[in-house]
Amino acid sequence: MAWIVQYLWLIPVLPAAAAALIAFAKRSQRRLAATLAIGSLGVSLALALIAFVHALAHPAMEYVNFQWLQFGSEWIKFGWMLDPLTAVMLVMVTFVGLLIFIFSVGYMNHDENFTRFFCFLSLFAGAMLGVVIANNLLLLFMCWEVVGLTSYLLIGFWFHKPEAAAAAKKAFIVTRIGDLGLFLGMMWLYHLSGTLLFYDNGLGCLEHSAVAALATRAAALGLTAASGIGLLVFCGAAGKSGQVPLHVWLPDAMEGPTPVSALIHAATMVAAGVFLIARMYPLIAATPNGGVSAALEVIAWVGAITALFAACIAVAQNDIKRILAYSTVSQLGYMMLGLAVGGVAVGMFHLITHAFFKALLFLGAGSIIHGCSEEQNIRYMGGLRKLMPVTFATYAIAMLALCGFPLFAGFWSKDEILNSAHLWSVASAPFYMGAAGAFLTAFYMTRQVCYVFFGQRRPAPHSAAKPVHESPAVMTWPLIILSIFAALLGFVGTPAWPWFQAFVEGHALTFSLGAFAENGTVPLMVVSTIIVIVGIGIGWWLYGREPIAHSDEPDALERLQPAIFRALGQRLYVDELYNLTILAFAHLCARVFDWTDRWVWNGAVHLVAIGTKTVARFDSLLDAHAINAGFDTGCESFSVSGRLLSRLQNGRSQNYLRVLGVALVVLVLLLFWGRKG
Amino acid sequence: MSVPFLILAAITIAAAVAAMTLRKLVHCALALAVCLVGLAGLYLDLGAEFVGLAQVLVYVGAVVILIVFAILLTRSDEHQSHGSSRILSGVAVSACVFGVLAWAVVTSGTKESPNAMLPQGAMKQIGVALMQRYVLPLEIVGLLLTAALIGAVVIAMEEKQNTK
Amino acid sequence: MTPLNGCLLISALLFSIGLGGALTRRSAILVLIGIELMLNAANLNFIAFWRYGPHPEAMTGVLFVIFSIAIAAAEAAVGLALIVSIYRHAKTTDLSRLDSMKG
Repeated sequence: MAWIVQYLWLIPVLPAAAAALIAFAKRSQRRLAATLAIGSLGVSLALALIAFVHALAHPAMEYVNFQWLQFGSEWIKFGWMLDPLTAVMLVMVTFVGLLIFIFSVGYMNHDENFTRFFCFLSLFAGAMLGVVIANNLLLLFMCWEVVGLTSYLLIGFWFHKPEAAAAAKKAFIVTRIGDLGLFLGMMWLYHLSGTLLFYDNGLGCLEHSAVAALATRAAALGLTAASGIGLLVFCGAAGKSGQVPLHVWLPDAMEGPTPVSALIHAATMVAAGVFLIARMYPLIAATPNGGVSAALEVIAWVGAITALFAACIAVAQNDIKRILAYSTVSQLGYMMLGLAVGGVAVGMFHLITHAFFKALLFLGAGSIIHGCSEEQNIRYMGGLRKLMPVTFATYAIAMLALCGFPLFAGFWSKDEILNSAHLWSVASAPFYMGAAGAFLTAFYMTRQVCYVFFGQRRPAPHSAAKPVHESPAVMTWPLIILSIFAALLGFVGTPAWPWFQAFVEGHALTFSLGAFAENGTVPLMVVSTIIVIVGIGIGWWLYGREPIAHSDEPDALERLQPAIFRALGQRLYVDELYNLTILAFAHLCARVFDWTDRWVWNGAVHLVAIGTKTVARFDSLLDAHAINAGFDTGCESFSVSGRLLSRLQNGRSQNYLRVLGVALVVLVLLLFWGRKG
Repeated sequence: MSVPFLILAAITIAAAVAAMTLRKLVHCALALAVCLVGLAGLYLDLGAEFVGLAQVLVYVGAVVILIVFAILLTRSDEHQSHGSSRILSGVAVSACVFGVLAWAVVTSGTKESPNAMLPQGAMKQIGVALMQRYVLPLEIVGLLLTAALIGAVVIAMEEKQNTK
Repeated sequence: MTPLNGCLLISALLFSIGLGGALTRRSAILVLIGIELMLNAANLNFIAFWRYGPHPEAMTGVLFVIFSIAIAAAEAAVGLALIVSIYRHAKTTDLSRLDSMKG
C-alpha cells in the first residue's frame, strides 16, 4: 500500500494538533497561532495533493482499518479510505481552507481574540478532514459532532453579543435535531448489518452483500431497510446542510465573523451533509429491482423545495451576508437535488464549484464589510465599484459563476443538475422548481450587486461618512486566486470532457464534442442561458437602471408588490412558526418539569427530612425520659439501698454484738450440719 | 458431778444472773465478785489449785475493784430504763447461742473421761513450764501488762492544760 | 452426763448469761462485766478439758488459763480507763447515746 494511504491520517491530525498547541498559546502570540494554523493546513494541502495524484493513478478505492474498541469478543474497527470522492474533497477543503485562513489574518487583525479564532479554525479543519476520510460511520459521526461543535464556537465567537450567542445556540440545537435522525439511522444500520465500516473486504456496510441484504429487507411504511436508513441519515444531512425545514439556523449563523461564514457555512461544513449522502449513496440508492429508491425521491423533493424556497426569501433581504446565506441554502438544495436525480458525480460537481465561488462571494463580502467599517446593510452601501475595484472584479466573477452564466463554473455544474432533473423518471416538477430557482438566483444576485457596487454612495445616517478603502493585499490575493477557479473550474466537468464525473464515478474518460448532441443537452443549455439572462436583465431593469439615490427610498420590488416583499423579507415567518409550536412546547415541558421538581422531588426530600427530624425528636424524648430516667432510677435505688444499709451502722455497739451473736449461732450450726452431713 | 461441784455451780450461775439483772451497778459488781469466787471454787474442785487462787487474786482482788472504781468515777447508776424490745432480742440471741452450744455439747460423742491421776507437784511443773516451754508467752504477757498499764494511765488521764 | 459435759454445760450457760447481759444492758460497765463473765466461762472450759482430757500432766490447760487471766486483767484495765475517758467527754456511759460512729 502506498505510503500516502498509510499516512492519510496525518491530513486531519495535523490541523487538530495545531489547534491543541494554539490552545496553550497566550493571547498575545498571534504570529505563532497564525503560523501554526496556516502551516499545518498547508502541509495537509500538500499531502492532499499527493493523495489526489495517487488517486488519479489508482482510481480503485484503498482503505486502512484498525481495531479501536473491544467489547466482548467483538471489535469496533475504525479506518480511513482514499478514493476519488475522498481525494477531490480533501483537495477542496484544504485549498479553500488555506485561502480563507490567509484571508483571516488580515480580516481578524483588529480583533483581540485572534489566537482563539485560529485555534477554533484549525480544530474545524481537522474535524472536517476527518469526516472526509472516515471509513466508519461512527468515526464520521464523531468528527461530524466536532464540526458542529466548532461551528457553535465560531458562530458565537463574539459571544458578548446576545444575537451571536443566540445564533450559536440555535445552530447547535437545530443541527442536533437532524443528528438525532442520523444517530437512529446509524444504530439501525449497525443492528441490521453488524458493522459500521463502509468498506472492509466485502464485509462493510456499503459493500455489495450488505447493501443487497438491506435493499431487499422490508421496513415500515412500505420502505426497504436501505431506504429507511437512508432517510434517517438524510435527516442528519438535512440539518447540517440547511434543507427546509431545518434551514433556520444558517441565516442566523451569519452573526459569526465573515471568514467563518465563508469557510464553514459556504464551502465546507454545510457541504458535509451533501458529502455524507454522496458517501452513503450505494446504500441510499439501493433498490431490490432497479428504479429510484424512496429515499432518493424524498431527497430530490426536499432539495428542490429548498432551492426554490430559499431563493424566494433571498430576493427581499437587505443584509449582504443574509442574501448570501439564503443563496447557500438554495444552492445546497440544488446539490441534494443533483445527488438524488443525477448521482454522486452531479451533486459533487456542484458542491466543488459552489465551494469556490461561494467562498469567494463571502470573502468579497468580508472585504466590503471591512472596507465599509463593519457596515452590513446593502442599503447603506453603493458606488463601491470605483472605490474597491479588485473586490468588485472578483465579486462580479463569483456572482456570474453563481448565477450560472455561460462558461463560468456554476454554469456547467448547475446545468448538469438541471439536465438530470429534466431526465428524471419520477417527476418533472423538480426540474421546473430548479429552473425557477435559477431565475431567482440571477435576479437577487443582480439586485445585490447593483445595490452594493453601483449607484451613489449612501452611507448610513447614523455613522459618519468614513472613507472607503480597498482591502490590504493579504485579503485581496485569496480573492483573486479563488476567482480564477470560479471562472475556470467548470471546464473539468463539461459534457464534452467529463473528467470530474469519470474520475468520481470510475468511468472511462472520452473527449467527444458529440456528447453535446445527446439527451437534449444543448437545448437545455440554451434554456438555462436564457433564464439567466432574463433574470439578470430584470434585475438590472429594476435596480441597475435607476439605482436608488437615498437609503430611505423603498426597494423597487417593494413598490411593486409590497405585501409579498414584506412576507419574503420576514423570511416567510418560518422562525415565528417554530416559536409558536416547538419552542412553546419546550417551554411547557420545562414548566411541567419545574413543577415536578419543586413539588414532587423536593416534597419527597422534605418528607424524608421531616421523617428524620421526627425520629430524632422521638429519640431525644426516649433518651431524656426512658434511658435517662432509667439510669437515674438505677442510681437512686443505689443510694436508697446505701442509705438503708447504712442504718445497720447505727453506732451502737450492742447492735453489733447482737449481729455477732447471731452470726456465731449460724456458723456453728453450719459447721455441725456440714459435719453431720 | 459431786455435790460440792453442783453447789458451787449453782452459786456461780445465780451470781452471774444477779450480776446481769440487778438495777444498781454496785450491786452488779459485787454479784460479779461472788460469781468469780464461785468459779474459783470450781477450779479448786477440778484440781487446778493455782488457777483458782490466781483467779481470786487477780479477778476478785483487782478486776472487781477496778470495776467498782470505774462505777464510782462515772456515776452512772442513775435510771436504767430498759426498752422491752431490746431486752427481748438480746435474750433471744443469747438463748439461741446457749441452745446451740448445749446442743453441740450434748450431741457430740465424748469419750469416756478417764479419771486420770492428777499430777503431784503441779506447782513445780507450772513453774518449770513457765520458765522453759512458755517463757516467750510469759515475756510477751509481761510486755502486754506494761503496755496496758501505761495505756490505761494515759487514756484515763485528764487533759493537761499546759500549765505548770 | 459425764462430768466433762456438766462442766461444759455450765460454762455454756455462763457464757450465754454474759452475752445476754452484754447485749441487753445499757451501761458500758455492765457490758464489760458481761464480757468478763464470758471470758471466765471460756477459762472454765479450758480447765474442764484439761482435767478430763488426755495428758493432764502436760499442764497445757492450766497455763492457758493463767495467761488468759493475765490478759483479761489487762483488758479490763484498759477498757475501764476508756470508759472513764468517754464519761469525761460525753458525760454519760449510756451506750444507746454513744452512737456518733454511725454511718
